[in-house]
Amino acid sequence: MTATQLQAPAIRVQGLKKSYKDLRVLNGVDFDVAGGSIFALLGSNGAGKTTVVRILSTLITSDGGTAEVSGLDVATRPGEVREAISLTGQFAAVDEILTGRENLVLVAQLRHLPEPGAIADALLARFALTEAGTRKVSTYSGGMRRRLDIAMSLIGNPPVVFLDEPTTGLDPQGRLEVWAAVRELASQGTTVLLTTQYLDEAEQLADRIAILHDGRILVNGTLAELKKLLPPATVEYVEKQPTLEDVFLSLVGKGEDADAARSAASAATPKEKS
Amino acid sequence: MTATHFVGDTAVLTGRSLRHVSRSMDTIITTAVTPIAMMLLFVYVLGGAINSGSDNYVTYLLPGILIITIASGISYTAYRLFLDMQGGIFERFHSMPIARSSVLWAHVLTSVVANLISIVVVVLVALLMGFRSGAGVLAWLGVAGILVLFTLALTWFAVIPGLTATSIDGATAFSYPLIFLPFISSAFVPTETMPGPVRWFAENQPVTSIVNAVRDLLAQRPVGTDLWLALAWCGGILVLAFVLAMATYRRRLSA
Repeated sequence: MTATQLQAPAIRVQGLKKSYKDLRVLNGVDFDVAGGSIFALLGSNGAGKTTVVRILSTLITSDGGTAEVSGLDVATRPGEVREAISLTGQFAAVDEILTGRENLVLVAQLRHLPEPGAIADALLARFALTEAGTRKVSTYSGGMRRRLDIAMSLIGNPPVVFLDEPTTGLDPQGRLEVWAAVRELASQGTTVLLTTQYLDEAEQLADRIAILHDGRILVNGTLAELKKLLPPATVEYVEKQPTLEDVFLSLVGKGEDADAARSAASAATPKEKS
Repeated sequence: MTATHFVGDTAVLTGRSLRHVSRSMDTIITTAVTPIAMMLLFVYVLGGAINSGSDNYVTYLLPGILIITIASGISYTAYRLFLDMQGGIFERFHSMPIARSSVLWAHVLTSVVANLISIVVVVLVALLMGFRSGAGVLAWLGVAGILVLFTLALTWFAVIPGLTATSIDGATAFSYPLIFLPFISSAFVPTETMPGPVRWFAENQPVTSIVNAVRDLLAQRPVGTDLWLALAWCGGILVLAFVLAMATYRRRLSA
């Protein structure tokens, strides 16, 4: 941990400003992201999370302040920044008409890498998409699409990956699949900046969390640091109940646990008619 | 830096959108069906009553039908561009280290290929209906050249609604007036019978010169000023549409 903290930050944002006509979206945003960490930008809809990501990924320019990725200014060296990043936008940016494998080959070719076919096959295997690889993406589930989307972002091993609301619109199963993919990413040393409006997502994944509100960063810290901002929790004894998510996932999931849960459920469900 | 990648990136992206075309062959069929239906209608229903001044009406009609084929075919470029804009794949491409203009060029080249296929289909049907031409290779190359230039010009024009439309219908509606332009030209009947103002419009709009140039090439007649007029029109529209499309593209990029 200390080693990564000593490095220059993978992402450095200082005084970032952006307005659309009269609407001030960003009003002086500052944060650093350490190399190899997962950083969550948390905020409600319209807080400006996507605007930050779009500036960092060179899609739009800011009105003021500076943003650097891998030490490169996004405004003055956008071409080099694009070599260092990859973006997974808010809606899975995959080609529906192509197969999963063709999508991966396409990105590998556009990144000018040798042996795009081999790269595609390796990623299909890594994201459990080998079987689906020859099917058109339009037949994929939401979770599979997102996994493919993230797999496409990994091609060429960009050191910095932006994930803009990676689990919005996914069912619980798909969410868990994406979380696993994000953890897998960070374990290989990739710096991940993810935006989310789900508090538990930030809690589950992020090394550091920043809350963006009204165009500014309100707080920025580890989960433990953020929790200290509120008065210490009082200890109460509550009977541990499974959450609805636990019930849902154990019923619809695969494996012996799910089979057991399903048979328990059918035994417990009152029969309407004998 | 990006210039070196331009050719390669354009080739890769053109391969992608050609796959879209080959996986929805209905787009080529749809493009060809309307002109073929018009050709059948004009030859077998109305043709007997039309005095075109030539003994083979299919041969007279074909150049205009080819223009209609292209005019309806290019709307698929707007359609495919619109879907790319909506789906977010454009943003993915733009955040990658590629030559950005190749994203548009790929769509334009795909349009040329798809329209050429539709044109071949229409010409084959015309042959079945009695179209004949003794034109040599050079004349046919001339015809192909004019039609490719016309396709390029209209496709760059189609890029603009493809980038700016807010709905699928909006993206493709622009092509309807284009499809009707050949009706007020020398495509179906000689312009001499039209009343003054209509005749003036018909004789001075691009379709007439293009149709006349193609018709003369196919009939092995010497092509006069019509050829230069046709090339000037196509070139002019191409340059104007290209400049406007690139300006629109840059504006959309920074939005």
